[in-house]
Amino acid sequence: MDTTVTAKKKWWAGGYSPFNVSYGKLMMWYFLLSDAFTFGALLISYGTVRFSSLSWPDPNHVFHSFPFMGDANLPLVFVSLMTFILIMSSVTMVLAVHAGHHRDRKAVIKWLIWTIIGGAAFLGCQAWEWTHLYHSGAWWSLNPFANADGTAATNSNFTDFFFTITGFHGLHVTSGVILNIVILLNVLNGTYEKRGHYEMVEKVGLYWHFVDLVWVFVFTCFYLL
Amino acid sequence: MSNEATLHGQHEVIHHGEGHGHHDGHDHDHHHEQSFISKYVFSMDHKMIAKQFLITGIIWAIIGALFSVLFRLQLGFPDATFPWLESILGHWAEGGRITPQAYYALVTMHGTILVFFVLTAGLSGTFSNFLIPLQVGARDMASPFMNMLSYWFFFLASMVMMASFFVQTGPASGGWTAYPPLSALGDASIGSKIGMDLWLVSMALFVVSQLLGGLNYISTILNLRTKGMSMTKMPLTIWSFFFTAVLGVLSFPVLLSGFILLLFDRHAGTSFYLSELFVKGKVLPNEGGSAILYQHLFWFLGHPEVYIIILPAMGMVSEVLAINARKPIFGYLAMVGSMFAIAILAFLVWAHHMFVTGLNPFLGAFFVLLTLLIAVPSAIKVFNWITTIWKGNIRFTPGALFSIGFVSTFISGGLTGIWLGNASIDIHLHDTYFVIAHFHIVMGVSAFFGMFAAIYHWFPKMYGRYLNQTIGYIHFWITLIGAYLIFWPMHYEGMAGMPRRYYNYSSWASFNQFDGLNAFISIVVIIVFACQLLFVINFFYSIFKGRKVTTTNPWLATTLEWTTPINPGHGNWPGEIPEVHRWAYDYSKDGKDFIPQTVPVSPDESAH
Repeated sequence: MDTTVTAKKKWWAGGYSPFNVSYGKLMMWYFLLSDAFTFGALLISYGTVRFSSLSWPDPNHVFHSFPFMGDANLPLVFVSLMTFILIMSSVTMVLAVHAGHHRDRKAVIKWLIWTIIGGAAFLGCQAWEWTHLYHSGAWWSLNPFANADGTAATNSNFTDFFFTITGFHGLHVTSGVILNIVILLNVLNGTYEKRGHYEMVEKVGLYWHFVDLVWVFVFTCFYLL
Repeated sequence: MSNEATLHGQHEVIHHGEGHGHHDGHDHDHHHEQSFISKYVFSMDHKMIAKQFLITGIIWAIIGALFSVLFRLQLGFPDATFPWLESILGHWAEGGRITPQAYYALVTMHGTILVFFVLTAGLSGTFSNFLIPLQVGARDMASPFMNMLSYWFFFLASMVMMASFFVQTGPASGGWTAYPPLSALGDASIGSKIGMDLWLVSMALFVVSQLLGGLNYISTILNLRTKGMSMTKMPLTIWSFFFTAVLGVLSFPVLLSGFILLLFDRHAGTSFYLSELFVKGKVLPNEGGSAILYQHLFWFLGHPEVYIIILPAMGMVSEVLAINARKPIFGYLAMVGSMFAIAILAFLVWAHHMFVTGLNPFLGAFFVLLTLLIAVPSAIKVFNWITTIWKGNIRFTPGALFSIGFVSTFISGGLTGIWLGNASIDIHLHDTYFVIAHFHIVMGVSAFFGMFAAIYHWFPKMYGRYLNQTIGYIHFWITLIGAYLIFWPMHYEGMAGMPRRYYNYSSWASFNQFDGLNAFISIVVIIVFACQLLFVINFFYSIFKGRKVTTTNPWLATTLEWTTPINPGHGNWPGEIPEVHRWAYDYSKDGKDFIPQTVPVSPDESAH
């Protein structure tokens, strides 16, 4: 690290990165900002359509199943588990990044593996939920759920948006898991040990936290509101 | 000098938060031979990528302009037949007359090509790539690899779009805005069949290309400025590319979201944009969607897009005007502030494209106010350009002429923007030729003038040769006069209520008065098109046979790109990157014609 950095340094005068970050991290931040607009557009579209609808299905009724529990009425229990898993995978990612800062290769490997497992488990849960909904007759253009006020559904807005947006989020989780695996392989090969820093772990960490944060919004929009 | 050493060195140094200017002076003696493929095809040199964008853009511009010539034939001479049309377009021009379907396909493709492929990729793709590293003092873009990908995604998008011309049902033909329900229903029009899918795929690839490019431009400008190049010492070109890239990175993803929903509507039976529709007498099952939703998503990109097109032109024109007037740019900080204001307002005005959609008039009032606010920074910029050349010692190079032409067209087209920004006037003028005239002058012609100014001005840096000046002057005058002759009369047609997008006006007696005018416009279009071909010939001829540049700084400019060798290699500067000591506009200062940015400020010198 540059030891001449002092408070008086003119960060914006050129010759330095004004935020003291590498271009790669800067690009990741701007990419996340960009991606936030993608999700923002989808969620605002959802909100627009939903608020112009007279009634909407009750999530407690739609999402009440749990694997191997048959017809037990457990509203939002399964999605809470999914959310817990994803948030825990963010915690393990924090630990992986932290270990990277201390160049503790073993710990990076351990926590990255846990993060990958968490991501894969979340995707598995999502696959189960989609399959379950599909078997109850829900799919793009098919909405079997009655509205909260008891009226029958007149359109498929609910399922259209649900599958599109959770699917788009799932795609992000999938690419995040793939990225994490690539980075894990690099750690195993000692690439970052040779490079002298584990910044790549930090960058995929940023992406992972972003995907997690987006889920909080998706979860709120579809399961809680 | 090897790319790896230079670029790797730069990354490492940046990572440690030090200046990259100190460390990459080493290792420049041994030259690394590149293969043809890595030098000209999959090049990672920003200058080569810029040329790839430019030449691809020129090819697209010829195609897009040719399309306008073809549909102008129909508009100007609706009763005439042109048998040669049938020989090139086949059944799309049966009997020598363009069919209605072909007419709409041509109009749609003209819009798509010019807005996205020429004036976005061809303009900011070329000059952001070319000028950012050269003018901020960097060896290359932050990520040369992503930069290369950016071009190749654009190339892929181009190939897919090009392929859509040759499918049996033809390319997309629902307008460049691709509004549903027309664009969502293949049964509604043959142009909404496979051609529409190819259009969407091509545009998605284009968004990826813009994202890769934009991230690079932003991080290069923020992170890789050479020592001394503070943000306020940057030439206005760089500021304009910066705001352009930010607009692109934040608005294109929203378009992508809109396209994703549209694709589902087309292929998964969803009803995001569809509700209560009849096609060919059949009731469609779709319920609950909103076609207006698409328009919101589209124009959230669509409006910033016009600034993505015009901002680079503004920045480059500022630069070319200051250099050729031999005067400092007037109101540098006001220029930066105006661009910033434009960039912010760009996101807050999209619904002024939707005044007649049934938008709540209360909401519309806010969009009117915000839209009219854009006139403030625009006017500041115009006044600053005029005061920059005021009493200047102007060198009327083709670049300078095109810059002055830019200011002219920007004023004429901008003023009608104030008309259209008012909802009450827009309700009358919406979808008429008045709108066509407005946006072609203020965005199309102006951006082209900015682009031509930049090409004439930076051609010597790109190819080490000059473009032919005489042809440049002919090109300028015919284009300027032609552009006004084409678009000025359209204002009158629009005010008389003549709608756009119509194939044939002969059934409306009220528009018969414009028959002669329409024919006149079409003839001018053909002349102006031929004149652009003259420019293209000049361009390609001059690459190989143009007059050679003999000095490193032919325009006597202050900025860093003119401190590089006449034909800079990959890495731009053979030795260390120069340090910057002053702003980019020290012209006619303290009795000196110009003082380059690399000259230290002497103690007895008055600060600017």
